[in-house]
Amino acid sequence: MAIDQPLVPQPGDQTRIHNIGYRNYNGPRLGRAYARRSLYSQSLRGAYGLGRSVKSKVLPMLLFVVMCVPAAIMVAVAVATKAKDLPVDYTRYAIIMQAVISLYVASQAPQSVSRDLRFKTVPLYFSRPIETADYVRAKFAALASAMFILTAAPLIVLYVGALLAKLDFADQTKGFAQGLVSVTLLSLLFAGIGLVIAAVTPRRGFGIAAVIAVLTISYGAVSTLQAIADAQNATNAIPWIGLFSPVTLIDGLQSAFLGATSAFPGGVGPSHAEGVVYVLAVLGLIAATYGLLIRRYRKVGL
Amino acid sequence: MTTAVVRVTTFVDVTVIATESLSKRFPRVTALDRLSVDVGPGVTGLVGANGAGKSTLIKILLGLSPASEGRAEVLGLDVATKGADIRERVGYMPEHDCLPPDVSATEFVVHMARMSGLPPTAARERTADTLRHVGLYEERYRPIGGYSTGMKQRVKLAQALVHDPQLVFLDEPTNGLDPVGRDEMLGLIRRIYTDFGISVLVTSHLLGELERTCDHVIVVDGGKLLRSSSTTDFTQTTTTLAIEVTDTDEHPDGTRAVREALHARGVDTHDSSGLPGAGHVLLLTATGDETYDLIRDVIADLGLGLVRMEQRRHHISEVFTDTGADTGTDNDAERKEAVGHGN
Repeated sequence: MAIDQPLVPQPGDQTRIHNIGYRNYNGPRLGRAYARRSLYSQSLRGAYGLGRSVKSKVLPMLLFVVMCVPAAIMVAVAVATKAKDLPVDYTRYAIIMQAVISLYVASQAPQSVSRDLRFKTVPLYFSRPIETADYVRAKFAALASAMFILTAAPLIVLYVGALLAKLDFADQTKGFAQGLVSVTLLSLLFAGIGLVIAAVTPRRGFGIAAVIAVLTISYGAVSTLQAIADAQNATNAIPWIGLFSPVTLIDGLQSAFLGATSAFPGGVGPSHAEGVVYVLAVLGLIAATYGLLIRRYRKVGL
Repeated sequence: MTTAVVRVTTFVDVTVIATESLSKRFPRVTALDRLSVDVGPGVTGLVGANGAGKSTLIKILLGLSPASEGRAEVLGLDVATKGADIRERVGYMPEHDCLPPDVSATEFVVHMARMSGLPPTAARERTADTLRHVGLYEERYRPIGGYSTGMKQRVKLAQALVHDPQLVFLDEPTNGLDPVGRDEMLGLIRRIYTDFGISVLVTSHLLGELERTCDHVIVVDGGKLLRSSSTTDFTQTTTTLAIEVTDTDEHPDGTRAVREALHARGVDTHDSSGLPGAGHVLLLTATGDETYDLIRDVIADLGLGLVRMEQRRHHISEVFTDTGADTGTDNDAERKEAVGHGN
């Protein structure tokens, strides 16, 4: 070992391993808030496969591109044809692309929480200063942010394109802002639903299947019922049926308050009064998913 | 190194863990039953059969599970109110697997260091240091999925030590290791205190392996404290000597000749029946250097050859089986079995 060597280094003998022994850590310990932020950034990066294997980058990056390409094409068309308006409203874009968004949340929500459950890493978190609520908040915020990036990026493409095409600035800015509010609520709602389902099972495959099932089956059922109601001329029932799937919830909310044209059959969205119920339902669901996650993690603690 | 020394000395005579009639009752079972122990600095073993309440005790000490009654302090902090402060100063290595297979040991331990509040640069430095100390070198850049059980145990240990805690809880760290791996792990646990200055509470259902490692052993059974004492009490090294001599034509039974000669000089020998080679081994209590001189002279006078003379350590297992016999509980057989595996 180093101790047995002569103290004066021999010429040409510059390489030597020194066993410096154990060193204590006397630096700062940044506590809960910092740990929560670290978990947030790690989870957000993980939602796009950053800091993970190449394989796990493929799907989220592909979906991100798929989200943005149609927006780029629309912008190109608008600029080339010198159109008076964009072919699609800002608020409508996410509704059109809802299948892609559902696929994203179905693939990334289990990635975020099921892995920790499956490999029993959760106890390691809770044996540290952070608490159940910190873990849930970090994971929730990370997935909602990832969803926001996914849904807001094409809106930015549309907005920049609209300005390049010299469309009316005030009009476009208002539409863009309404679109951002809409995708914020959508991100929170989808992230919450995705995490609650994924946190139930340690198996990633089940998580993915369950999230896709809940999102698409509910949307399919609601759309079918609305179409039947429309055919039966029971148009009053259409907005109430729309309360039962996440996609139609967002659609109804934005057609009531954010100047969107509804994708409901007949193009009639909820009225303002009915819209209030939509807002309450969306906010209530987001709060409920948060509450359920907290309850779930109380149990799996250690 | 100075800081380590300072820290060790500040903790001398300080109680690291103290519990006072600590109980934990679940609807069906009583996991802990009025447990009162004081644990000082050093390596402390917590021994008991599976289901004796070891893991429950660790959960309570981490402030993650409220006690049904009684109180407990870790590093002078109340577990009921200061849980987060305790968890910042304490490391925990779980019994079960807890490692994601698709990340490298370095990435994983860095993340865990940040979860303990270490800034990014410090987290990376401490990770490199800690992984080296637990004996992981080049392989630390490979995904954990390809590691052997021994290497995984080292990663688990590293994540418990990376934030330089004052105390670590190691839950069954030798589980699933082969004899060589177990010895290495025990050596590492010993070094955590002697070299790193970090106190250790290590649980095991194998009593034998704690004998070499721990300064202090606590034996629990059915949530009750069976015994708490230092390993020097368990295994006194100074008192008992074992002697074996040759036989000659003059003294066909050399052992008996020595015994009688010693008795004539007023030295008592112990009953050595029940030990291996009982007829040829003489046990006696050494009171100091003069005892050794006396034995040498007696054997020389008789003209016998001294085959061996050694200090005989008691094994904790003897103490343990004695205790078991005293209480006469149902789990006696099971515990003896556990002890047997440990040796």
